[in-house]
Amino acid sequence: MTAVDLLALLPLLLVAATSIVVLVAVAVGRNHTVAFGLTLAGLAAGFWSTYFVPLRQVTALLVIDRYALFFFGLILAASFAVALMAYGYLEKREGNKEEFYILLLVATLGAMVLIASSHFATLFLGLEVLSVALYALIAYFGDRPLPLEAGVKYLVLAASSSAFLVFGIALVYADLGTMNFIQAAHLLATNTDLNLGLLLPGTAMIVTGIGFKLALVPFHMWTPDVYQGAPAPVTAFVATVSKGGMFALLLRYFTQSGMGQFAPVLLVFSIIAVASMFTGNLLALFENNVKRILAYSSIAHMGYLLVALEVGGALGASAVAFYLMAYFVMTLGAFAVVTLLSGQERDADQLEDYRGLFWRRPGIALAFTAMLLSLAGIPLTAGFLGKFYIVAAGAAVGAWVLILILVITSTIGLFCYLRIVTAMYQQPPASALAAEPLPRRAPAAILVLAMLLVVLVWLGVYPTAFVNVIQSATRSLI
Amino acid sequence: MILLWLIVVLLAGGLLAALAARSHPLFCRWIALSAVSLDLVLALVMAAQDLGFGSAGTNQWIEQVNWNWIPQSGIRFHLGLDGLSLLLILLTLFLGVVSVLISWTEITKAIGFYHLNLLWILAGIIGVFLSIDLFLFYFAWELMLVPMYFLISIWGSERRAYAAVKFFLFTQLSSLLMLIAILALYFAHHHATGVYTFEYTDLLGTPLSPHAAMWIMLGFFIAFAVKLPIFPFHTWLPDACAAASTATNLLLASLLATTAAYGMIRFLFPLFPDAARTFAPVAMTLAVVGILYGAILAFSQTDLMRLIAYASISHLSFVMLGIFAGNPLALEGAVMTVIAHGISTGALFLVAGALEGRMHTRDIGAMGGVWDTMPRLSGVALFFALASLGLPGLGDFIGEFLILLGTYRVNVAMAAVAACGVLAATFYALRFVQRVFQGPNLRPWQLPDLAFREGLVLGTMIVLLLWLGLFPEPVFQTFTQAAMHAPSLWR
Repeated sequence: MTAVDLLALLPLLLVAATSIVVLVAVAVGRNHTVAFGLTLAGLAAGFWSTYFVPLRQVTALLVIDRYALFFFGLILAASFAVALMAYGYLEKREGNKEEFYILLLVATLGAMVLIASSHFATLFLGLEVLSVALYALIAYFGDRPLPLEAGVKYLVLAASSSAFLVFGIALVYADLGTMNFIQAAHLLATNTDLNLGLLLPGTAMIVTGIGFKLALVPFHMWTPDVYQGAPAPVTAFVATVSKGGMFALLLRYFTQSGMGQFAPVLLVFSIIAVASMFTGNLLALFENNVKRILAYSSIAHMGYLLVALEVGGALGASAVAFYLMAYFVMTLGAFAVVTLLSGQERDADQLEDYRGLFWRRPGIALAFTAMLLSLAGIPLTAGFLGKFYIVAAGAAVGAWVLILILVITSTIGLFCYLRIVTAMYQQPPASALAAEPLPRRAPAAILVLAMLLVVLVWLGVYPTAFVNVIQSATRSLI
Repeated sequence: MILLWLIVVLLAGGLLAALAARSHPLFCRWIALSAVSLDLVLALVMAAQDLGFGSAGTNQWIEQVNWNWIPQSGIRFHLGLDGLSLLLILLTLFLGVVSVLISWTEITKAIGFYHLNLLWILAGIIGVFLSIDLFLFYFAWELMLVPMYFLISIWGSERRAYAAVKFFLFTQLSSLLMLIAILALYFAHHHATGVYTFEYTDLLGTPLSPHAAMWIMLGFFIAFAVKLPIFPFHTWLPDACAAASTATNLLLASLLATTAAYGMIRFLFPLFPDAARTFAPVAMTLAVVGILYGAILAFSQTDLMRLIAYASISHLSFVMLGIFAGNPLALEGAVMTVIAHGISTGALFLVAGALEGRMHTRDIGAMGGVWDTMPRLSGVALFFALASLGLPGLGDFIGEFLILLGTYRVNVAMAAVAACGVLAATFYALRFVQRVFQGPNLRPWQLPDLAFREGLVLGTMIVLLLWLGLFPEPVFQTFTQAAMHAPSLWR
């Protein structure tokens, strides 16, 4: 480890240091605003450091390349948004608030380690740091039944999926004798007498572990319950940072380890993608809980991303990166609205909570509409260009069946989002209007929502600058 | 630059109108009206210039704007205006002014948001007519959807949520299929030439295998067929028309259909001449079925708005027949029918809206014998019913006559069956007049006659239909000129 190595790790170090600083600050004296301010400063410093840190391989474990830095930036920005949302949300509630930020920072650190890992050891390390912090975050209000149930469910399932992942890594290691992605790729390409009896089950188990984190079908069972039970800002975090970090890792592993060259692997991924697109969109049809609808829709979105992942190459990789960016913006935006409307007692997750919202809070209703239409892939929004790039990547290699399924299922998805939109624009009965008190205003969350809206339209209308960044980031991968 | 202004004025006008509604509803209405009128004036200025010098020019586009947009994927912000788009833009903006005027008293809730949506739809429609880059075309095509969804779902009557969602799903699925087709064409062009481009003029003549060309053509066709709408993809239109407000019906039946017809003329035949010609018999059969089906269903409706919607399907099927007949005569007829149908069906929706506003019902059974209490409205309604059934001397007649003539040259049987559609139109149009305005006044209705604003709008539409029927030459000339610069339009 040289000084340059440490400098390269600066984004990670800054976030880690911030979590310790907040911890110490809490020990000195509890103050919600101080903890909040320190967290924002730490995340912003981490973001800023991604502009200048040197690009290099730091030991065999971590690689800091443009790809990693791009996703660092994305994840830090997302955590920043989650922190802003959480401030007003926590203010409304009883109990200790400061530890929330420590856990948030640790979870962010875990996701960053995942993104930068070039080795199975760091993959597992990052995953566990992320997961352990998430158990606590999901059950942060542990005195209520729903968050507690969600936390325990996530704990049990995440722990067993981690076990699968470790076992899979062990099997692959037994066959290849290396845990380094690049070396593994080299061996796969040159070595002809591989023991597929070890390699394929190992890969399947690794896919299981990753599939759980991404909530791909058939590893998706936990999603609706956890989304519903977790506090709204945490749900936003699970949906974006946790899944995004994992997908960034998957893309790196898929591209660098040469897994994509095996026909059976591709077939399995195709089946998972198709199943996720159908299951996510179809199950969302029957839900009346907005958080659960968003949970199912996130399953479908991971399916869309898999389509681009399989296409591979420069087009596929940049389609994944762009879609992830768009997905971050629209998902955070949707949960920002849920957070804003949530009251002291429970989260605003029933469809009924949104009925007639346009006539009470037109600004928020319009912003939510924009986020939902973006999730559905309607133009002027980031989601449209994201879908466009995925369909383009699919069309470039002639994957007609997959993109046809994508188109059909996303039309089903549109129907689910329109149910929420339609409810928001229905005229509420006059009595309900007077009866329902509006939740207290939360300026930080409104600020986040406004910024996300700007980015949503910017990405959807004039993405040239973002596309340049993404292309240079994904080029370092291939 | 003037083309950009056409769009920007509408987008900005919509935003301004939405803001102005906070202070006073009248500000909002006047801002919306002046934005659309300003656009109409701009378009008329361009039309006047074109008539003056256009014939001397050799450029395909009268005006254009061509900027980089997303250069990494070869996407350009390229707008271009030729005679065909000029005609349809004039129609759009005229009907735009009409929609603002007829919403003046009909729309009373969320006025700012209403006008924002109205103006943004118009901007999307104009974007469709101007886009030369296929990505931009798709973008504008989709831009019309969301505001239209809002117009139906917020300001509609009962069943509006169902109708709005149905409209959205039908059009969205079909346009996504078109997106796949556009991308397939884009990559096929790259495969053949090594260049990534969405530019219409570059994509013309992309070498395609007959198999691929057919599939890609079908991708485009389905998007246009749903929006036109063509039997059997038409079911959203009557539902939407039954639920939506008057101005929305005008936009749905007159203007969205125009974008679909434009797409067929501009893209289907020029981009895939062989595939489209192979497919023509199927499309013409669908069109003939649609003509009769629409007419028969229009005859049996009891809901006034649904009656007009089915009649509109019948007329629009004529348009598709003309486009696929594949000769200049029928194509000219199709363009004329699009314009005349836009005005005459739009006017019928206005009349129906005026009746509904006064009687608070759309059920034909409850009406009858109102000629005496509203002689002016009834007379106007009779005029447009006659226009709709193809009375010589009015625009619809010229268009449908030319279509039948052109179809006769390629397929006598289809021309004969389609001509029966004109006959059927007589039945539903006259039934409409007899049931609503004549017969015994049982209720008895005592209603106010046409107001000044309504009279002005409908009177202008009468003059325009007469003009189209008696002096159609400027329309044909403008279109022919566009087609001379772009031989692919003639195929």
